[in-house]
Amino acid sequence: MREQIEGSQAVARTVASCRPDVVCAYPISPQTHIVEALAVLARTGKLGAAQFVNVESEMAALSVAIGASATGARTYTATASQGLLFMAEALYNAAGLGLPIVMTVANRAIGAPINIWNDHSDSISQRDSGWIQLYALDNQHAADLHPVAYRLAEEVSVPVMVCVDGFVLTHAVEPVDLAEPERVDAFLPPFRPRQVLDPADPVTIGAMVGPEAYTEVRYLAHTNAKRALERLPVLAADYAARVDRSVPAIADAYRAVGAETLVIAMGSVVGTLEDTVDELRGEGVGVGALGLVAFRPFPVDVIRAAVAGRERVVVLERAQPTGSTGVIGTEIRAAVPGGPPIHSVVAGLGGRPVTRASLKAVIEAANRGELPELSFMDLDTGLIEAAGSRP
Amino acid sequence: MTTQRVKFYQVGSFAVGNRLLDPEQRTIQSGPDRANALTSGHRACRGCGEALGARFVQDAAMRAAGGKLISVNATGCLEVFSTPFPETAWQVPWIHSLFGNAPSVASGVAAALRAKGDTRTRVLGQGGDGGTVDIGFASLSGMFERGDDVLFVCYDNGGYMNTGVQRSGATPPAARTATTPAVGPAPGNPFGQGKDAARIAVAHRIPYVATATVADLHDLEDKVTAAMELHGARYLHVLVPCPLGWGSDASETVKLARLAVETGLFPLYEAREGRIAAVTRLRRGPVPVEEYLRPQKRYRHLFEPERDEATLDRLQSIADANIDEYGLASEES
Ligand SMILES: Cc1ncc(C[n+]2csc(CCOP(=O)(O)OP(=O)(O)O)c2C)c(N)n1
Ligand code: SF4
Ligand SMILES: [Mg+2]
Repeated sequence: MREQIEGSQAVARTVASCRPDVVCAYPISPQTHIVEALAVLARTGKLGAAQFVNVESEMAALSVAIGASATGARTYTATASQGLLFMAEALYNAAGLGLPIVMTVANRAIGAPINIWNDHSDSISQRDSGWIQLYALDNQHAADLHPVAYRLAEEVSVPVMVCVDGFVLTHAVEPVDLAEPERVDAFLPPFRPRQVLDPADPVTIGAMVGPEAYTEVRYLAHTNAKRALERLPVLAADYAARVDRSVPAIADAYRAVGAETLVIAMGSVVGTLEDTVDELRGEGVGVGALGLVAFRPFPVDVIRAAVAGRERVVVLERAQPTGSTGVIGTEIRAAVPGGPPIHSVVAGLGGRPVTRASLKAVIEAANRGELPELSFMDLDTGLIEAAGSRP
Repeated sequence: MTTQRVKFYQVGSFAVGNRLLDPEQRTIQSGPDRANALTSGHRACRGCGEALGARFVQDAAMRAAGGKLISVNATGCLEVFSTPFPETAWQVPWIHSLFGNAPSVASGVAAALRAKGDTRTRVLGQGGDGGTVDIGFASLSGMFERGDDVLFVCYDNGGYMNTGVQRSGATPPAARTATTPAVGPAPGNPFGQGKDAARIAVAHRIPYVATATVADLHDLEDKVTAAMELHGARYLHVLVPCPLGWGSDASETVKLARLAVETGLFPLYEAREGRIAAVTRLRRGPVPVEEYLRPQKRYRHLFEPERDEATLDRLQSIADANIDEYGLASEES
């Protein structure tokens, strides 16, 4: 069913096809359209017996999801920015309890200064929370990642964040193929929880664990995350075959063969990046792109293979790098010791557009050997000087 | 769940109910078919009022729910002393998530049951006064406001006991805690702070709110049973003395709870749909607050090195005001 549809609607309707039992969320831009759409679907009976719960905070939203998931319900929530931070304690808890909750993060900057526009600082800040993080490249991808997220979450008992660029994707109207509910049904079996709160077989969930076993619990979570990374491409391929289109799940390479310069990015900016690659390839520049989809668990092997043999790597960092050299770049440097120089370029913070011209300029600077380890794209030095600081 | 035969090792004690009573007058806890949902062997301190209260609340709720109950627990003493991995004292499906989110987690359990069409399994949430009155208060209020089908029980021991007896919003005035030390010109917890969670619950106009203590365990069970007969958001605020935090003897837990009531400091009432529906009048003329305060080391600074008459008067006037406001005076007085 190809439809001209807003990203939020595409996500909401695909989530509906995943047959959640409990949907709960607290509004925050730019996530609002997703939960508003689900509220309408619930009220009009299109979510079956599913419960749509309006709550008083994001902490409550995720907590309701925790209780519901532990009782055997397939649960969904969505948030962004301040809301994600407000959930932080429950994020770690949901992951620690191994509850397969799926959440859409409509990526948005974090205040102060308050800013409602898109970047990845919110979800990146929760990278160690134990959630799997998948970054959507476009709205089709955003929709398709949700059934895959549920299947993966329930198979490995780990919650999944599907990160969708706020406004840029959530509010963009473009053609999306919505999977027929029957196809989603065929792919995603009903939720069979491993452990469930059931009076017929009482279990204690969330016991206190001391030094004698805490490390082991964490070790098992770590190995489980690695298993998730093995299963993710398999499940995505399964879904892709059913809907007859590709669903990148770990990373998506573009014209990377033989490229001396590889540019790595996450999210919707990858589209602009691919156009830039086309333009530069037309000029004979050996550049390629890698759209990173799975950021948690971090696909070390895929990154190693992608980076091997390059002259240089440019990483678009869409999150604040405070006090370090860019979050993704740091991870890549650690994954590829002794590898090519990795240039972190902080770009597109708080909704600033990342243009083809700027991307091109950055890549050309890298190729000239003039790009430092960390730089900020399109920095308005006049503005900084006017504020009385030196750039 | 199957019931278990229990030993009557508390024979004759006030707490368990007198076996000389007619069977129908005995507590649920004293019966051989009690669910034993919070079983023995946990690590609560000797004389812990919270452990006692939780045991009675759980089993009364289990009986009312026909054994189909799911319990949600906030972080706090009850959670910590009952579930040191790999042990658990719970013989009921039980989940602990965080300190401040237990009412929301309970809402989630209830939502899942609704989604599954399970109309029989009931949901009990529980936490200490810190988890309920302070950090979980927004969560509790949200659960009330939505009218989720959850009975939430607050075990009020007047402080953050699990972390070493710090002040909470339910710590009474003048009480010493680790963060309201008995030093300086106004020792102990300041007057005029804190909040009356039960009254705020009543203001939500939920179907049922009640206060109870571990002194009258029949009353506690009756209130749980009354709450379980209703659906929607319900709240029970139970005073549970804590020997460690109160500096009282383990043998005085029940007595102190009774004195809290008999002085008028802790009024017992039931409220339905936003109105106070029943008040338990005092069995005898009000006991002076001093009798309640004296056995507790958290109030020692009121008596030593010299008597703090002014503060004792202020505490007495709180009790007097309660007696007046709730009409607690006994028939005889
Ligand atoms: C977010 C958060 N803040 C603080 C704590 C530390 N903490 C754990 S239990 C507790 C006090 C519990 O007090 P209360 O709810 O009254 O229960 P009690 O132990 O007195 O029964 C505190 C402060 C925590 N676990 N989580
Ligand atoms: S500190 Fe108090 S509440 Fe905690 S277990 Fe001991 S007596 Fe019970
Ligand atoms: Mg307490």
